[in-house]
Amino acid sequence: MKTCLVVDDSRVIRKVARRILEDLGFEVAEAADGVDALAWCATAMPDVILLDWNMPGMTGLEVLRRLRQEPGGDAPRVVFCTVENELDRIREALALGADEYIMKPFDGDIVAGKLALAGAL
Amino acid sequence: MTRQDRQNVATLCAERAGLRVDPEKEYLIENRLGPVARREGFGSIPDLLQAVRDRGDERLASAVVEAMSPAETAFFRDPPSVELAVAQAFTNLARRREGEALRIWVAACGSGQEIYSVAMLLDEQTPPGVTIDLCASDLSDRRLEKARSGVYSQFEVQRGLPAQRLVRHFEKRDDSFVVAQRLRQMVRWRRVNLLEDMTPLGPFDLVFCRNVLGGMLGTARTLALGNLKKVLTPDGYLVLGLGDPAGDLTTLPGQPGIYRAEAGRRAA
Repeated sequence: MKTCLVVDDSRVIRKVARRILEDLGFEVAEAADGVDALAWCATAMPDVILLDWNMPGMTGLEVLRRLRQEPGGDAPRVVFCTVENELDRIREALALGADEYIMKPFDGDIVAGKLALAGAL
Repeated sequence: MTRQDRQNVATLCAERAGLRVDPEKEYLIENRLGPVARREGFGSIPDLLQAVRDRGDERLASAVVEAMSPAETAFFRDPPSVELAVAQAFTNLARRREGEALRIWVAACGSGQEIYSVAMLLDEQTPPGVTIDLCASDLSDRRLEKARSGVYSQFEVQRGLPAQRLVRHFEKRDDSFVVAQRLRQMVRWRRVNLLEDMTPLGPFDLVFCRNVLGGMLGTARTLALGNLKKVLTPDGYLVLGLGDPAGDLTTLPGQPGIYRAEAGRRAA
């Protein structure tokens, strides 16, 4: 079973994402901030990371930057999932190595489609 | 809405566009025609249908048929079909005289996602010096208007469209995303009923008509498929939805949904 780490400071978003991802067959782990997310990755690198941009402490962009520098950190498919919807933001995320980008609000079809585009399904 | 009302809708759609509408699907008909009735200022769907019947109002009748025609669409739907078909079309180029255009038609383009998917591929892959003639058509004026505008919601651009192509081919305008002008300018738009002769539009090297024929009645479907085949060049390709009936056409090996014009003509 593939694993997906949901990184978002909103408990509601994590819960909604978990339900969608479990329906898609993922084993889901949750992190409420970037520090927690990187700790998860250091322990067991997930197959996919659904990553919020705006979080207290460390932004999703910084999480991605640090992740990609870690041993094995280039392996997970990273899909941003954020309210940031300016094209320059999306370019910035892709340039840093994000595989796909979801603009909130989202639904199950969007998540499934974007994960497929990211090669994560 | 009575069963007779629903039967009248089915008859209207069959006569005008060959559409198969099941009069038992009350919810679907109400769901599609409710917005038309409200938009046109009628208190109910039966009032709208009565006006269509009594006034013989052509515009209203078209609005009813348009609303009942299939509208489901997304960018890069069944992406291997789109990409393989465009690649096949490029192989035709080698047999062309210098300067002759590669001609592509997306029939039943809906709100434009498919024609712009094709336009994006062409923008990315067309060799320098090659002229492309890209045509899009639909039965619905409202959908053509939406398609021509190239304006899509955040929700729409997240259905099938890779983020890399979103940033490459779209601009942001307020809360919407707009297809880049260079792509919009590639397309000429026509209102076309697939039951009518389309030869003046063609001929085309590649024709897309996906997920339309399956929603048509048998006789209309045969007529529409025949019309589509007539506009293909001898070495052209027809791209249908994976579940669409294709008559005597056979798919290219390993390329489901893509049909060679010549194969169909030989078999006929």
